[in-house]
Amino acid sequence: MMTVAAARALRDGAVCFVGIGLPSTAANLARRTHAENLVLVYESGTIGAKPDRLPLSIGDGVLADTAVSVVGVPEIFNYWLQPGRIDVGFLGAAQLDRFGNINTTVIGGDYRNPGVRLPGAGGAPEIAASCREVVVVVRQTKRAFVERVDFVTSFGFGSGPGEREELGLTGAGPQLVITDLGVLRPDPRTCELVLTRLHPGVDPATVRERTGWDLKFADDLGRTEPPTERELAVLRELTR
Amino acid sequence: MAAIAPLADAVAHVVRDGDTVAFEGFTHLIPFAAGHEVIRQGRRDLTLVRMTPDVLYDQLIGAGCARKLVFSWGGNPGVGSLHRFRDAVQHGWPRPLELEEHSHAGMANRYVAAASGLPFAVLRGYTGTDLPAQTANISSVTCPFTGEVLTAVAALRLDAAVVHAQRADRHGNVQLWGITGVQKEAVLAASRSLVTVEEIVDELEPRPGAVVLPSWVVDYVSVAPGGAHPSYAHDYSVRDNDFYQAWDEISRDRDRFAQWLEGVA
Repeated sequence: MMTVAAARALRDGAVCFVGIGLPSTAANLARRTHAENLVLVYESGTIGAKPDRLPLSIGDGVLADTAVSVVGVPEIFNYWLQPGRIDVGFLGAAQLDRFGNINTTVIGGDYRNPGVRLPGAGGAPEIAASCREVVVVVRQTKRAFVERVDFVTSFGFGSGPGEREELGLTGAGPQLVITDLGVLRPDPRTCELVLTRLHPGVDPATVRERTGWDLKFADDLGRTEPPTERELAVLRELTR
Repeated sequence: MAAIAPLADAVAHVVRDGDTVAFEGFTHLIPFAAGHEVIRQGRRDLTLVRMTPDVLYDQLIGAGCARKLVFSWGGNPGVGSLHRFRDAVQHGWPRPLELEEHSHAGMANRYVAAASGLPFAVLRGYTGTDLPAQTANISSVTCPFTGEVLTAVAALRLDAAVVHAQRADRHGNVQLWGITGVQKEAVLAASRSLVTVEEIVDELEPRPGAVVLPSWVVDYVSVAPGGAHPSYAHDYSVRDNDFYQAWDEISRDRDRFAQWLEGVA
């Protein structure tokens, strides 16, 4: 459901900065269903890739073979991402807090002596800063959905409204958080993430149990439409 | 003029104890054969530099070659964590590993600055994150034209750069294509360089989009067919995804890793 919901978040013709794993599956699902003209940009330097199978890494040869252009890594970040030429950036998170700040660096202990060492930032800080909007895809657990992240790898809304503007960040930040339980969006007034939709079969109590802060629910809390036959068929084909 | 030399000789000349060295490759064209030669020659106290330290760096770290790692994303792409890297950071085994951590955009710009002969590069980056507090190599600079405050990153100068490419000619001119990452920048940022290649040809046919490193910016070229395995060389080999999966198992356990290491030496 997470993959299908993420795919639906991508409109036809959008330019999307894609990472491997769920974002790449979602983007390729979208391209085969409702968003034929989605432009896929991978940080390895492939622009407009149209892979006929799911790439196994961001540097998969199928991306280079099917891309409109292959450029160096400095160019991808400096020319394409930094000036705001990418509509949607996908990010994952080891920890996410109520203001959409993301940690993929260290958990527990201090930075020099961490409890758990994670892979680090990669392209995420600048994706979070410069894409027009960011979609975060993450499994909802109490360990991941924390009051405050242990380390800010990628900036969401800091601790509230106005901070992105003060820092001069050009993108709108995390506008959508898609989990295995539902969909969250930032409250336009407070910037705090609010549950706006539940996936089919998920009850509100489960969502509360798996959130490490006092999560607010939208007044008009909706339900995600179940996956269509076509979405499921394409997804099966892709992940075979 | 690049010297064409056997891999062991070239590595001995290019990579020395205590060096700051990058074995670059963005998923594609990763110089595994050269890295394994560094392990065999028992280099120590290296500052390893790479945007995406993956399995090769896990191997070098586990073998005790590294003192410090300068990087932006340390994982086994599509698989999970690097266990030798984690063991070094969390438990100091086989020796403690100092970290200097950046974002991809920051690392790419640090290479560009060094390749350009500049002391630093300017970008919109790291803003609002906890990364700048952890290193002196991220700072800020005020634009002399607009007064805007931007991020500055120090040039990343290397003692040595090692990359893999598809082919070179007999004069040591190198050609690579497909996903070319930051290999050109790394070679131009380094005092000494080694390029391993799939083959040496009489003449380099021009290829659209290919990167050419002219002989006079490269010190050594060594023929190492399959030298990127388990990564790949576009049009010569495919990525051995099974090995990346298998590495998770091999690297989890110190004894299992030691067995693997014996196979390299």
